[in-house]
Amino acid sequence: MSDFTMPSLGADMERGTVLEWLVAPGDVVHKGDPMAVVDTSKAAVEVETFADGVVVDLVVRVGSEVPVGTVLAHLGPVGAAAPAPAPEPAPEPEPTPEPAEVAAQEPAATTGHQPVVHSPLARRRARELGVDLASVAGTGPGGEITREDVEAAAPAAPPTPSTVPEAAPATTPAARGAGRPRVTPYARKLAREMGVDPAAVTPHDGETVRASDVRAAAIAAPAPAAQAPPPPAPPPGAPPPTGAPRPTAAATRAQTMRETIARLMARSKREIPHYYLTTTVDLTDALAWMREQNAGLPIAERLVPAALLLRATALATARHPALNGFWVDDAFVPGSGVHLGVAVSLRGGGLVAPAIHDADRLTVTETMAAMRDLVTRARAGRLRGSEMADPTLTVTNLGEQGVESVYGVIYPPQVALVGFGRVVERPWSVDGLLGVRPLTTLTLAADHRATDGFTGGRFLATIDDLLQHPEEL
Amino acid sequence: MTATMVKTTYREALREAIREALQRDERVFLMGEDVGAYGGCFGVSLGLLEDFGPERIRDTPLSESAFVGAGIGAAIGGLRPIVEVMTVNFSLLALDQIMNTAASLQHMSGGQYAVPLVIRMTTGAGRQLAAQHSHSLEGWYAHIPGLRIVTPATLEDARGMLWTALEDPDPVLVFEHGSLYNLAGEIAADAGPVDLDHAAVRRPGDDLTLITYGGTLGRTLEAAEELAGAGVSAEVVDLRTLRPLDDATYLGSVTRTHRAVIVDEGWRSGSLSAELSARITEQAFYDLDAPVERVCTEEVPIPYAQHLEEEALPQVRDIVAAAHRTLGEQP
Repeated sequence: MSDFTMPSLGADMERGTVLEWLVAPGDVVHKGDPMAVVDTSKAAVEVETFADGVVVDLVVRVGSEVPVGTVLAHLGPVGAAAPAPAPEPAPEPEPTPEPAEVAAQEPAATTGHQPVVHSPLARRRARELGVDLASVAGTGPGGEITREDVEAAAPAAPPTPSTVPEAAPATTPAARGAGRPRVTPYARKLAREMGVDPAAVTPHDGETVRASDVRAAAIAAPAPAAQAPPPPAPPPGAPPPTGAPRPTAAATRAQTMRETIARLMARSKREIPHYYLTTTVDLTDALAWMREQNAGLPIAERLVPAALLLRATALATARHPALNGFWVDDAFVPGSGVHLGVAVSLRGGGLVAPAIHDADRLTVTETMAAMRDLVTRARAGRLRGSEMADPTLTVTNLGEQGVESVYGVIYPPQVALVGFGRVVERPWSVDGLLGVRPLTTLTLAADHRATDGFTGGRFLATIDDLLQHPEEL
Repeated sequence: MTATMVKTTYREALREAIREALQRDERVFLMGEDVGAYGGCFGVSLGLLEDFGPERIRDTPLSESAFVGAGIGAAIGGLRPIVEVMTVNFSLLALDQIMNTAASLQHMSGGQYAVPLVIRMTTGAGRQLAAQHSHSLEGWYAHIPGLRIVTPATLEDARGMLWTALEDPDPVLVFEHGSLYNLAGEIAADAGPVDLDHAAVRRPGDDLTLITYGGTLGRTLEAAEELAGAGVSAEVVDLRTLRPLDDATYLGSVTRTHRAVIVDEGWRSGSLSAELSARITEQAFYDLDAPVERVCTEEVPIPYAQHLEEEALPQVRDIVAAAHRTLGEQP
């Protein structure tokens, strides 16, 4: 089987029109026999075949203008039985929006047949438009499937919604796919090295993920997956870092973590103008309510005071969004949700602050479960990459270590850190009466670039207020 | 060791370089339009005729093709000519000699004839000399294999590039930006030959790389200073030699800063800046944190009117704005 193609009848000829077919399917032709008359836009020229054979079918109909190299007819070997009813080169019923220059191939002819697509653009468009390339008739040289062919085929095969960007911003080419922000090559490389999923990084300019955004994301995960022990499996889509040393001994691990903490904390104190606020919260009502709840709960689900404090912090954070987010490149970037980082100290030293995602939408019981789960897995070294990635505000509770208050160092690029001290019983005056009450010291370390003490003060007052009405938590 | 510093200008430094070459090597002579009695159209050779005589400081007829051709012949014949062409615009009359003969002869003769020729010419705009005297075509010459293209932008390079160029067995074109002749400053009294192989970091920085050469080095350094005021640390690379390009230096810088702005007084399309941008993309793609920016001359014949000429040329504000774009910021 050989192809009879549109010849180039002059150096400047790019396309030609079939004016007349001089053969019909079933005809036996010999090398040198004229097959068709072709208009080169300068002259009508008879075009001969260079091969012997039997005309199997005529692919291009009279009047069609096609590029040089397009298959015009197929020739079969001489002696082979002429194919039964060869498809007429008449217009096919299949509607195509573009001027149908080439009769569409019979689907039967293409099955079991690899589509000819060399153009990455055509492949990408096919993917975007949900077009099956095997079903597309190519009009390019040698039946090559072009972008136009793919786009012409698209209406017949409606795209699957998931593959089409819903409402790509006008400024970004629709081809960017799924409306995801673009990532610079360096940012992509850096993300791989740091074990960050670039798709999960929020670009500070809303359009392009740059190296600074990746660094911010990596730092937001206080013990980056690449360096710190927690997730034995890197986040999905992030191959294991190549540059980072793979610590084997626990000592190395602890040292790496120490270095990470050192770097972060030094940066925090160097860059962030901290301000500190303190208030003492009376937990009488909160703890009474908690005991009441616990009476009806199985032991495994019982609440601890920290759950109430976390819950109150989450709600207050949602009400004071200025404290929830990041300071990046001289501007505050609000967090995409309330993701509370919970500082967990690890056995053998070091600490991590994985996130409880959307903590403001959990009930107290769910908060308790999330906290218990997180602490257990953090200490077992089984945190997930996503948990490490994006706390928007961190809470530290050194109360269980017996301290009364903690003035924390903010995790950059976050802008606030809330600390809870030990619950202690102290003489406390309420409405002029002195009593012994359970109290905790609530502290806030906040970035003065992002907020002022006024905002911080209201935030602490909100937490206090919420803890006075535990039934509403 | 602190060398004694002396005050000089770019023009005087060039003259001293020619004087030194004439003294050191009797094969060296200077040839060009008005280089003798008039002292050179830009005053570079003033006084040399008196010191070295008409055999070695030769005024030529107004025919670039003829005197560049004569220079090629002299070089093949064993002399070391320095040919001065008044401006790069006029050098086009000698383009056939430069490209088809000077750049090709070594190859065409199977290595029998080297052409150790130095051609100096003035390039660039900014002096209201209009479209026939102001263009920056050094990028065109940098396209031609067989030539070495150098662009002294500092007093040291004005003083030191000529001798090294004369030592080169192949033709070297020296482009002197017209705005630099009056550049004044101090150089070491014993300043001498410099290498023609390496680009130079004129100002170190970490946030982005400004790549430039010749007449735009000054404005680029000004832009870097202004950026520093905005907290942006820009590294400035002076290419010095446009062919062959010293890839290691500017790519090393871009690999470190992840952002590049190319400042070139040539036109943008099909230009040296395009070549640099392509090489950065080819060799440092995975280190780029922003698309490469180019600050070039508007694609018009250089206007005569002062305000239009200024508007057409790369200015400090354009460089600063491009730098901010690479950082993803509004200036």
